[in-house]
Amino acid sequence: MAHPIQIILTRQLGEYLSVPLFLVDPSGTLLFYNEPAEALLGQRFEETGAMPAQRWSLAFSPVDPSGQPVPPDDLPLMITLKKQRPAHGDFHIRGLDGVVRHIEVASIPITGLQGEFLGAVALFWEMSE
Amino acid sequence: MMRVTLFGTRGSLAAPGPKTVRYGGNTAAVEVRAADGTTLVLDAGTGIRRLGEQMARDVARVDILLTHLHMDHIQGLGFFAPLYCPDIDVHIWGPASSIQALGSRLSRYLSPPLFPVHLRDLCNVICHDVPCPPFEIGQFRVETALVCHPGPTVGYRIEVEGKALVYLPDHEPALGLSAGHWREPEWTSGYDLAAGADLLIHDAQYTDEQYESRVGWGHSSQRQAVEFAERVGAEKLVFFHHDPSHDDETLDRLLANAVRVVNPSCIVSGGCEGAIFEVGAKNERPIC
Repeated sequence: MAHPIQIILTRQLGEYLSVPLFLVDPSGTLLFYNEPAEALLGQRFEETGAMPAQRWSLAFSPVDPSGQPVPPDDLPLMITLKKQRPAHGDFHIRGLDGVVRHIEVASIPITGLQGEFLGAVALFWEMSE
Repeated sequence: MMRVTLFGTRGSLAAPGPKTVRYGGNTAAVEVRAADGTTLVLDAGTGIRRLGEQMARDVARVDILLTHLHMDHIQGLGFFAPLYCPDIDVHIWGPASSIQALGSRLSRYLSPPLFPVHLRDLCNVICHDVPCPPFEIGQFRVETALVCHPGPTVGYRIEVEGKALVYLPDHEPALGLSAGHWREPEWTSGYDLAAGADLLIHDAQYTDEQYESRVGWGHSSQRQAVEFAERVGAEKLVFFHHDPSHDDETLDRLLANAVRVVNPSCIVSGGCEGAIFEVGAKNERPIC
């Protein structure tokens, strides 16, 4: 089944940005991440494909600045999915290439014309230490 | 069976004149009539004036399905005779915005200083917001979906007795594609709506050269329209929303060229004002 046009357009936007972008559907399934995000996460989207939330929220081993694992429910994108509001966070991830990176994340809900919740998008920045 | 009559096929701006006599100069308006007399009107461009004049006298209800509110799709609305006839109920379906219902949006055009008559003063007009879940009008089952075009814009799939007409007059499914590589169906605007259409009326405004400098304006080239029709498995494609700068001779040439380049399995024709398509008839053929 085709995705809503807002999701299709968000992917298209992501493909033309240099900012890493992560796109999920309302259930949290990862639908797409762009090339800049591939560099950050350490693996190409074509290699990972769509991923359920339970997998991607753990796949990158997020830890807070003190080294403690970040529970999946505390990740900005998961907060946005659950509460349908923007969220922001700052943590370390171990990419699928094994490299640890310090990143900041801002996520926003994608809400349709009639207020329907269609998914969420997260933008990443790699922090220079 | 449904009978589909094109009353306006031009895009952006009406383009009457001696060089556009065959394809016509009126903007988007299409009549769809079921065997039981149920009548739909797709868009309300300048072609809707003549459509209203020629409509069957026994119609008690007419449904206008607007794809979006750009001027070439609503300019004829105030000149549609049934709007002034107290014996006819006119239902208008079209996209709401995030803050305004369809009726409020239309009132911006149907009110002074742009038009002397207020929408609220017209007889028996009922507005409905789309997209919405599939609905039925008489024999027709109507499906709607937002598609790729600037501003809220929907496409329509109209089915009767298992046959489908799909109307996507303003549509840019190729937006963002690199080197013309189409994506999977779930990432293609309008795919579900148009899948397996018996008759697909689709935007074919530009040449490939024109498209290069108009990316994001919400329209397709003739080649893209044919490729889209092939991807969705349409049986027949009708080029629509002709560029106002393209005369009859140019449109003939562009159609032939697009068919030669893509070599589609579907039948492709140029949308001519006055053309009639009988979808689901025993001997389906365009009657021009």
